Amino acid sequence: MKYKSQKVAYWAFALSMLLIILQITYGFIQAFAHLGYDGLHEWIPFNTSMAVHKNLLVVWILSGFMGAAYYIIPDESDNELYKPILAYIQLGALAVVGVIAVVGFHFNWWEGRKFLEIPRELDFLVVVDVLLFLFVILMTLWKGKQRTTTAMILSVGLLAAALLYLPGMIWFDNHALDSFFRWWVVHLWVEGVWELIMGGILAYLLIKLTGVDREVIEKWLYVIVGLTFLSGILGTGHHYYFTGAPSYWLIVGGIFSALEPLAFMGMALFAINMYNKGEKRHPNKVAVKWTLGTAIVSFAGAGLLGLAHTIPQVNLYTHGTFVTAMHGHLAFWGAYGMIVFAIITYVMPNVTGRKIYNNALGNYAFWISLIGMLGMVTAFGAMGVAQVTLERRLGLDFMTVQQELHSHFWVLVITASIFTTGILLYVWNFMKYGLPTDEAIGMEDEFKTI
Amino acid sequence: MLSKKQALLFFLGGTLLFSIIFIVMSIDTVSRGIPAHTHEENMTAQVIHGRVLWDENNCMGCHTLMGEGAYYAPELTKVYDRLGPDVMKAILTSKVPWAPNGRKMVAYGFSNEDAEGLIAFLKWTGEIDLNGYPATPPLKNKLK
Repeated sequence: MKYKSQKVAYWAFALSMLLIILQITYGFIQAFAHLGYDGLHEWIPFNTSMAVHKNLLVVWILSGFMGAAYYIIPDESDNELYKPILAYIQLGALAVVGVIAVVGFHFNWWEGRKFLEIPRELDFLVVVDVLLFLFVILMTLWKGKQRTTTAMILSVGLLAAALLYLPGMIWFDNHALDSFFRWWVVHLWVEGVWELIMGGILAYLLIKLTGVDREVIEKWLYVIVGLTFLSGILGTGHHYYFTGAPSYWLIVGGIFSALEPLAFMGMALFAINMYNKGEKRHPNKVAVKWTLGTAIVSFAGAGLLGLAHTIPQVNLYTHGTFVTAMHGHLAFWGAYGMIVFAIITYVMPNVTGRKIYNNALGNYAFWISLIGMLGMVTAFGAMGVAQVTLERRLGLDFMTVQQELHSHFWVLVITASIFTTGILLYVWNFMKYGLPTDEAIGMEDEFKTI
Repeated sequence: MLSKKQALLFFLGGTLLFSIIFIVMSIDTVSRGIPAHTHEENMTAQVIHGRVLWDENNCMGCHTLMGEGAYYAPELTKVYDRLGPDVMKAILTSKVPWAPNGRKMVAYGFSNEDAEGLIAFLKWTGEIDLNGYPATPPLKNKLK
């Protein structure tokens, strides 16, 4: 690393590691409940495990993005982070709010709104926390010696993500209106501004890992984020097909959702091309794997598996079934989980000074988690198709069909165990790096042989 | 070949154009479309009371409504037509978990007033124009 303050990133990443393990734990509780093993029902009913599973996902990914920004922005703007103490306070507060929210979910303290279950009172603390984060990042940029495209795209993405949280805080008496604006947050995050953040991190990693000229990488970054918004904004319409909104969303949502894979395809081709152009001499090969992996898997999960059910004629039957879970898992893992793992893998040797990149543990973690997740997605896909056929096409009763899905859930549990093994190996490797140290300042040059 | 400046213009221009279209469509949906589709005039105080309870108890953490939520428990958009108010009231006021085929629902033990609010809310959702959702199972008749 170049600057002492970049060490903050480590703590954000450590929080992500802790939370992903908790998220997975609650995922297992859910899978077993589906299989009829609901011994925890008294203390952790299904809606609690669901709220925890989804919110921890959002928080660990946001924490990963924050860590990425705390590392990237000082480097790109050639400047120490503005008042690093504020960054530590902000991360600590995020962890505290997260813990309070998760505990609250066990005591019926929440809002019944998928992905945005954090109760309104805590929402205000989230807003203050994110404002503090943005203050540190934007002041660092402002005081910096340079403002690169990569840093700007990343910061605009983070700022827009914060602003888009606000429509989700308005109360509507009409449930359909509430649903309408809930997607302004959730969709415009994951299929909009989060992609800016992902694109910014991806561009940074490609610049560092391939050695390709910054101007070339940043030019294509504009094209890709342009494609994202071109398709993604009106693509929001695929959430409005059957939720009380006018039928014109079926046409507009259908057409623009069909274009959404283009942005992800652009991202995948971009990463592969830059890698091919590059010199391939950077020693952190595992970081290269995660970087190319996120670009390719997000195309498969967010792009193609999304397209598989956003066609309105298909969605009429798949809406509200496990087909959605199939898409959701690979999309979140490919696009956002893997980009966070990519930046962590790149940053760890730089902040700790330990050169244990490209070790067996790191490689196994990548492949085992990827294979496990592909297996999970296959299990979700199979159970989704079975559910759609039996319940939606043949009209069998909900619970009758659920019991027919048990074999698929066992496959899910097995493949999720493989995935978890990969994640645990990754976390173990993370711990082996040890704590960040000032001695690592300036060692980055030693690591980059290109 | 595309220059970096052209790429920036593509990004800014496209984002601006499609944001404007999205906002115009959203204004129409919010001001005219959703109120008409949901028959907003039927949203009585009782319906809104049910809507608050729906939210406070995170019902969509297990069920889907308008296809949105979790896939642990049945879709409830048309539950009023399917079960009728008496069965719904029995489930909502029960002090022991309702567990069809062994899958447990939290025993909320709602008061009469709360249960009636939720039933009114779910009756109201059943009347929303959802563009054909949930579809009638197309193969149901072929089974016989």
